[in-house]
Amino acid sequence: MSRPRKQVHLAAHFPGVNNTTVWADPESKSQIDFSSFRHLARTAERGKFDFFFLAEGLRLRELKGRIHDLDVVGRPESLTVLAALAAVTERLGLAATINATFNEPYEVARRLATLDHLSEGRAAWNVVTTSDAFTGENFRRGGYLDRADRYTRAEEFVRLARELWDSWEPDALTGAGDGFVRPEAIRPFSFQGRHFDVAGHFTVPRSPQGRPVVIQAGDSDEGREFAARTADVIFSRHGTLDDGKAFYADVKGRLARYGRLPHQLKILPAATFALGDTEEEAAERAAAIRRQQVGPQTAIAFLEQVWGRDMSAYDPDGPLPDVDPDLSDGVWGGRVPLGDRTALAAKWRALAEEKRLSIRELVIEVTGRQSFIGTPAAVAALIDRFVQEDAADGFILVPHLTPGGLDDFVDRVVPLLQERGVFRADYSGTTLRDHLGLGPGSN
Amino acid sequence: MPERPLHLSVALDGAGWHPAAWRDLPGSGWATSDLFGARYWADLVAEAERGLLDFVTFEDAFALQSSLFDGPDGRGDQVRGRFDAVLLAARVAPLTSRIGLVPTATTTHTEPFHVAIGIQSLDHVSLGRAGWRPQVSGRRTDAAHFGRRQGFPELRPDALTAQSEHVRDLFDEAADAIEVARRLWDSWEDDAEIRDTATGRFVDRDKLHYIDFTGRWFGVKGPSITPRSPQGLPPVVALAHDVVPYRLAALGADVVLITPHDVEQVRSISAQVREAEAETGRAGEPLQVYADLVVFLDDEPGAAAVRRARLDDLDGAPYVSDALVFAGTPGELADLLLEWRAAGVEGYRLRPASLPHDLLGVTRGLAPELRARGAFRAAYEAETLRGHLGLPRPASRYAAGAAR
Repeated sequence: MSRPRKQVHLAAHFPGVNNTTVWADPESKSQIDFSSFRHLARTAERGKFDFFFLAEGLRLRELKGRIHDLDVVGRPESLTVLAALAAVTERLGLAATINATFNEPYEVARRLATLDHLSEGRAAWNVVTTSDAFTGENFRRGGYLDRADRYTRAEEFVRLARELWDSWEPDALTGAGDGFVRPEAIRPFSFQGRHFDVAGHFTVPRSPQGRPVVIQAGDSDEGREFAARTADVIFSRHGTLDDGKAFYADVKGRLARYGRLPHQLKILPAATFALGDTEEEAAERAAAIRRQQVGPQTAIAFLEQVWGRDMSAYDPDGPLPDVDPDLSDGVWGGRVPLGDRTALAAKWRALAEEKRLSIRELVIEVTGRQSFIGTPAAVAALIDRFVQEDAADGFILVPHLTPGGLDDFVDRVVPLLQERGVFRADYSGTTLRDHLGLGPGSN
Repeated sequence: MPERPLHLSVALDGAGWHPAAWRDLPGSGWATSDLFGARYWADLVAEAERGLLDFVTFEDAFALQSSLFDGPDGRGDQVRGRFDAVLLAARVAPLTSRIGLVPTATTTHTEPFHVAIGIQSLDHVSLGRAGWRPQVSGRRTDAAHFGRRQGFPELRPDALTAQSEHVRDLFDEAADAIEVARRLWDSWEDDAEIRDTATGRFVDRDKLHYIDFTGRWFGVKGPSITPRSPQGLPPVVALAHDVVPYRLAALGADVVLITPHDVEQVRSISAQVREAEAETGRAGEPLQVYADLVVFLDDEPGAAAVRRARLDDLDGAPYVSDALVFAGTPGELADLLLEWRAAGVEGYRLRPASLPHDLLGVTRGLAPELRARGAFRAAYEAETLRGHLGLPRPASRYAAGAAR
């Protein structure tokens, strides 16, 4: 007996502040005007997506001690924009990335509960942690969090937030007769842990979802365990069918340990795409986007990350340098360290030699091509296949253009997914938990 | 010379400022639970905009409301629970187009960086209508919600006037938080984004500036992650009751809200505010001084006082406030406002005792009355909050040629 076809979940990622986002295109509009956020969110809602996703970076990225100037830069405070988007959308989930290192649980829980009320049950929180002192320079608490403490802090942070969300009983406001609220229904909270020692009363009544959706993006063993124990959604990076299947099986396999069912954690890898009327046209379009994403200066900047030296004298259309990387110190602020740069440089040189690639061509080659390239029908079929074969529960789509980058996908691919019977024709519920099929947030 | 028109604003909180006001909600077609939905707030702000008010403020605090000065009172017969004010302001921003939106955000337990980009983002989503009402939170109850600052004493009412070291520190810290916000708001010059395809540069990084703030409580490197907003510097509005907060306002605010109870106090407090400006060496635009009043408004003479007495009875105690509590007709209130204007205030923040009733009293009673006397606008003449307040849009302090 064959099992019923799984339903695809889709989310939209607002184009980020990195070179995936193409700005040197006439179609590229403001990354900060509210009209851009509104266009993308409304497009996602027109496509019946589960949610709209905002990333976060709390310090501008630097290269060689100077602010990186080649990529789109500048973005708003996520929850503020999502609260405004709640006024111009009706069903779309609204997800903010919020750093657990540079925030405090009481305030974050309060803001998320507020957003959940103001959006009638559409709030989500992508929990990230960082230990970098570079970002810490913008904050009172500084960047002293030990790497090993990142997950213990995130874990306590989420546990405490959920305790706060649960602290008002659901019927607290329907006090009988003479009362505005039943005071005994506002339960005091008290939490003593390794990172937090807090007590008091929460100020927001229980929100429509009870518990806003928690998203997690870590990929390490600790990160997977944290997600299995805690998260409702994993934002993963496993883009190929085989990697995706292995990751999916691994993480879903961890759920039983915590008394959770497979449907209670959705796995949504990030995905990029390029569409065309024919396979050839799509491939040409994909290549053109890649060239826009990796301009000459960007190619040199990528090389400098690995080589750790000034490479501005090199010709981006010429061969790779034959000098070895300077390992004396890291050159990037606000980025994950690259690991063994000598080995990486050797690998890149070998690849460039074998395929006769220039610096720019090499960077295009080694920095991911689009996840889905093809006709709308081919892309719809591939997305369906990933989901049916348990490589994913759906995807978080990352368009390369602000704000029109999702238009084609919604107009051309979504209807085909609907025809295949694997994607909703309309929203059947009102909350994000409904869209994701998670069941109610427990109390 | 004709006097300049008054600035009028309204302070929104719960069901209004009288603790029994929620009991009248059903009579206005609202359920008490509507205080925790967007529609109620959107309706109130739309009404304030129809009344052509300069701005609305949104109250906020980290602790649950209480009739005690510091600590929960366990009462359920008054409004308890409140939204984050910045998010509430953002939620109504796309539904309005002219009125200023001024949320309260605490300077004591929050990260100045987050508060600054929150207000700056509100300015982006509202197309230039954001302000900020910074507020210290000295209560031990608030501190316990964060747990990272030990030794907060229980806050007593007399501490505010006694100018204890604890209170002075809170205000010094608030001054630092406002300074950080202003520097972050200026940290991107207006023309920093260049999209220069020839050189591949999206921004001119010479127009992005580290703010390099180091103070007693925190340091912030900068720049902001958010580009300069439509107003450049969203107006800062500070409520102040004493010399220490007057100095804070003189250092960092555009508008100071004062709480005189009679025309003599209007004169004496205004003089104290001007002294604080001189002492702090304030340069540029002088502080605009607005008075706060709680208002009960009814057209029929005597009706507002009767309503006040009825609500006092329901709450079991006469309502007292830091601000003068006025009960009367819109015409009587207009008389008072114009008398106080002659004594030195330029505007008002009215706290409706009961919502929506006393907001309608302001927008449909008081505003037309003042307009008839030539003291209030007949139409919005600007599109930003700075514009309503008559403040020019400033260049970034970091821009070449900017006044330092």
